[in-house]
Amino acid sequence: MSPTATKNISAPSEQLSVEHLLGIKELSTEDIELIFRTADGFKEVLNRPIKKVPSLRDITVANLFFESSTRTRVSFELAEKRLSADVVNFSSSGSSVSKGETLIDTVNNILAMKVDVVVMRHPDPGAALFLSRHVDARIINAGDGTHEHPTQALLDAYSIREKLGKVKGKKVLIVGDILHSRVALSNIFCLQKLGAEVMLCGPTTLMPKHIVSLGVKVEHDLDKALRWCDVANMLRIQMERQGGDGIPNFPSLREYAMLYGLDLDRYKRIGKDVVIMHPGPINRGVEVTSQVADHANSIILDQVENGVAIRMAVLYLLSARIPRSPV
Amino acid sequence: MKPVTLLASKAFGLTVQRLCHQLIEDHGDLEGVALIGLQPRGVVLARRIREELKRIIGKELLAYGELDITFHRDDFRHRSTPPTPSITELDFDLNDRKVVLVDDVLFTGRSIRAGLDALLAFGRPASVQLLVLIDRRFSRELPIQPDYVGKWVDSIGDQRVTVEWKESDGQDRVLLHSTEEDARSAASNATGTSAAS
Repeated sequence: MSPTATKNISAPSEQLSVEHLLGIKELSTEDIELIFRTADGFKEVLNRPIKKVPSLRDITVANLFFESSTRTRVSFELAEKRLSADVVNFSSSGSSVSKGETLIDTVNNILAMKVDVVVMRHPDPGAALFLSRHVDARIINAGDGTHEHPTQALLDAYSIREKLGKVKGKKVLIVGDILHSRVALSNIFCLQKLGAEVMLCGPTTLMPKHIVSLGVKVEHDLDKALRWCDVANMLRIQMERQGGDGIPNFPSLREYAMLYGLDLDRYKRIGKDVVIMHPGPINRGVEVTSQVADHANSIILDQVENGVAIRMAVLYLLSARIPRSPV
Repeated sequence: MKPVTLLASKAFGLTVQRLCHQLIEDHGDLEGVALIGLQPRGVVLARRIREELKRIIGKELLAYGELDITFHRDDFRHRSTPPTPSITELDFDLNDRKVVLVDDVLFTGRSIRAGLDALLAFGRPASVQLLVLIDRRFSRELPIQPDYVGKWVDSIGDQRVTVEWKESDGQDRVLLHSTEEDARSAASNATGTSAAS
């Protein structure tokens, strides 16, 4: 079969409406569904004896991590390698960033070595957007400060879809440190675009002002909130971002765990099979206890597994838009 | 221009039957044979052959699978939009099987190249054969030849061959269109048409 004829005659295949993945906010519902359908294909690939396909063999990806990360970086790196892309890794420690080089200089130096896609995590909100305006490469935001973490939200929604069959109409509760969480913001956008209802729960000090303007419910009583939801996403308390102004956001971890932690007793009191999620890394005994984290209704490890498939889909779909011969 | 019918319903059925008998002639009771349809268009033929074989030999074919080749295609980034994947289902051990790959139309051979590549990610088959309903001779871009052929078609570059199936299009037939545009408009009339070049 000739490729040209296939393109013309069979059902038109689709592509993303964006050139970079900066946040969920810029994606359309169709984009998200296209990413999910593509991820289905990659999930199957990941269960083959040889978990590697040649799609991106002429693409070079740079992973730039200006903030520590294990899970996301490993997940991206695996996704890239399983698509046969060439991968360069870069982390801010031990690099010239510590010698005072600016972000654009750092990235342009890397791009001068002919890199097509940049995956970046950065402590400043908007860093990915800034980069996309100034450098000639596809940018994938792997977390920019407290702003967005789009691939995490995609894999969360994808995991809900996998566990419950669909996302539309489901009630999703996000518990914890909403204030510092890029995962929360991306999740709100993603879930709402897919037609789910979102409720946030946490202490007032960790709840951003005016967050209800995004169309979410806010509840401060965890037991009430849990009875409402089908899925509970227990966010990590970001110890590294607490009390930037010298005043802690909550009195103690122990108090937080008592009020907003999920243990088995509290879970049993809900009286229904609420799906448990956590973006990791878990502070066991704080957000969730071990019994809940390892419960049959917990999909925490499925989230990690799906992360690779989702990131493969994003890399695949964005790379498809790179012109073959550089102009 | 009106398309030329290359195979109509009755001849179509006979051709599929002959292909099945050729398989039995070569492989006996089909022990150790795995029939694998290439997504998306070879799968309909593969399912048909599986049914027909079951009718002839009186037992279910043990190894049957469907293979998606999307991520192994060589035209990624040569097309304006990325190809979207279909389902792969291969729930048996491929090692030491005699594989028969099934596709509807063999044209440039590039899909089969991708199919072989995808297949080998699942194991090391004892052998791989190729069965196609239509072989468009003299248009190969790679050195790939079929082992079982329903019908040979000598066609020129602009012409397009489409295969329609009872399951999706109401009747079994193979059409030769004089141009790509003709094939496209015909395909949009019969939605779900299994179309190939």
